[in-house]
Amino acid sequence: MSHFKRRGRAPSYDPVAGNGLINRRALLGQGIAVAGAMTAGAAGTVTGAAAEPIKDEPWSLQFGSTLPAVQTPSRFEKDVVRSLSNPTGEFRNSHARTPHHLLSGTVTPNSLHFSIDHCGVPDIDPAQHKLVIHGKVRQPLEFTLESLSRYPLETRMAFVECAGNSAPMFSNEPLQVTAQAIHGLVSNSEWAGVKLSTLLDEAGIDRNAKWLVAEGADAQLLDRSIPVKKAYDDALVAIYQNGERLMPGNGYPMRLLVPGYQGNMNVKFLRRIKVVDQPAMTFFETKNYSQILPGGKTWRFHFLMEVKSFITHPSFGHSLKEPGAYAISGVAYSGAGRIAKVMVSADGGKSWGEAALQGPVHDKAFTRFTMPWRWDGQPAVLQSRAWDEAGNVQPLRAEFVAARGQTNKPLTTPLAFPNQHYNSITSWGIDSKGEIKHVYA
Amino acid sequence: MSTRKPLLACAVALVVGAALAQGPILAQSPSPNPGASPGLGKPITEADIKQWDIAVLPDGTNLPAGSGTPAQGAKIYAEKCVACHAEGGKGGGAPGAGQLVGGEPLTNGIDTVKTIANYYAYATTVFDYVRRAMPYNAPRSLADNEVYALTAYILSLNKLIGENDAMDAKTLPQVKMPNRDNWIMPYPDRI
Repeated sequence: MSHFKRRGRAPSYDPVAGNGLINRRALLGQGIAVAGAMTAGAAGTVTGAAAEPIKDEPWSLQFGSTLPAVQTPSRFEKDVVRSLSNPTGEFRNSHARTPHHLLSGTVTPNSLHFSIDHCGVPDIDPAQHKLVIHGKVRQPLEFTLESLSRYPLETRMAFVECAGNSAPMFSNEPLQVTAQAIHGLVSNSEWAGVKLSTLLDEAGIDRNAKWLVAEGADAQLLDRSIPVKKAYDDALVAIYQNGERLMPGNGYPMRLLVPGYQGNMNVKFLRRIKVVDQPAMTFFETKNYSQILPGGKTWRFHFLMEVKSFITHPSFGHSLKEPGAYAISGVAYSGAGRIAKVMVSADGGKSWGEAALQGPVHDKAFTRFTMPWRWDGQPAVLQSRAWDEAGNVQPLRAEFVAARGQTNKPLTTPLAFPNQHYNSITSWGIDSKGEIKHVYA
Repeated sequence: MSTRKPLLACAVALVVGAALAQGPILAQSPSPNPGASPGLGKPITEADIKQWDIAVLPDGTNLPAGSGTPAQGAKIYAEKCVACHAEGGKGGGAPGAGQLVGGEPLTNGIDTVKTIANYYAYATTVFDYVRRAMPYNAPRSLADNEVYALTAYILSLNKLIGENDAMDAKTLPQVKMPNRDNWIMPYPDRI
């Protein structure tokens, strides 16, 4: 502390909420102060056993490796991988989940972007791939990757989230699994593509037509009905993902991007858009990506992925080695717009403090939040709760379950999809040993 | 320390680079209206798209010619579907292969298995998905008559149509699915 006083920059250590949450202003414009705070807990080691004198390590004494054409992460990061629902390659669908508990920032690396395939990933030759727009238009048109690449591209951040993301939390008892297993079917990228409205205008869309059927070139010709309203709002035909061409598992060579809407609607391998006067009620909008409500009714055309946040650090799979200073951090996003506010609790929701948002805060995209915290070694329950600019708030679990239900029996696997569109609060319970469990609070 | 020469070299490189970059840009004719589409879509006729144009709408729009009966469908099912969907459409024959018959009431819980009989709003969905995606190992290998026959067989197993009812472009959209009226639209303003 005296270190800071000497510099005349006393940080704000005001507790902002119970159980050690520290005012987020400690993070704002006082980087040195916070860095000091974060190591304060380990200050005792100064008087501990003498460390070995520092020396050059072997890698500092020899020529390293030459550069590969495409670089991959360090061999020491081999555990930072997607988790697979079909690791042995059975003849069925497969899911690959993003390891949120091992990543930070807001951009999901392309190699770790989540992916779901229902009938394998097609091996598409971009020179042969075509996109046609037809139906209720003045002139049906055909586009290629080459012709789309000549349009002025729009670049934007956007999350893509499977409607079944977080489905393990429909279980009436919490599953002891990582944020990857629970929330790994959402990822966030910078996408570049052609505005769909530009292409529809070029074809001369009948403005009385309310729907599009968007179809992919995979073996099932996966198709979804898209409101024309959304197409003209902010939809893109995306051809780049984080600066490079789309990954095959994310729709190479082109996909529909309907920011904030169910992941499945962001049709991959896009090959056809038909303008029609009614929704097609396709298999995927009928069976998989709709939901049963308590009482037995069913919601159709839910589409929008609601405001959500979850803490990635610390979370299940991590442990706290000692009491002291930590940074609580996670991601927040909403299909309805920008994140307006994230509140964090360390006492299971009894008290809340406002987290710092890492800007810039983008529309329908991940925003990372951070909250300084001093753990006193006693049990704690960490939670985050997000608000979006449209005024939507992430529901408490009791509110969510009352409206949307939960299972009658506990799930036995996090790979199950008991229902869709789960967006309530995630709680990580920390015991006095620093071990972390998934809890409902 | 001389920093002057490298700086000059950089400046020269920039000028040359800019000149090179300008070439192709000037070669394009500037659009009189920057907001207008570049217009690079190639005109194509609906006739040329016909093979791809398979999406069927709930009112029957775009259903093809042809027809099939449950009895005809049963034979095709035994040959091409039973390995995954099991005898009588019970499901469980292969991982991920859906249950085609029966289904518990949706009031049992939010995680009730969704089936054709307890869930689907339109019979056209069955036809459309079978035609575009089945059999899983040979999509779009079925003739339209076979798709009608399989659809009739599945609907008949579920007692949604009679044992001898033929399905075609006229009869299929008229099949009343029991759960249709339970589909509600929470956000009509998004359409």
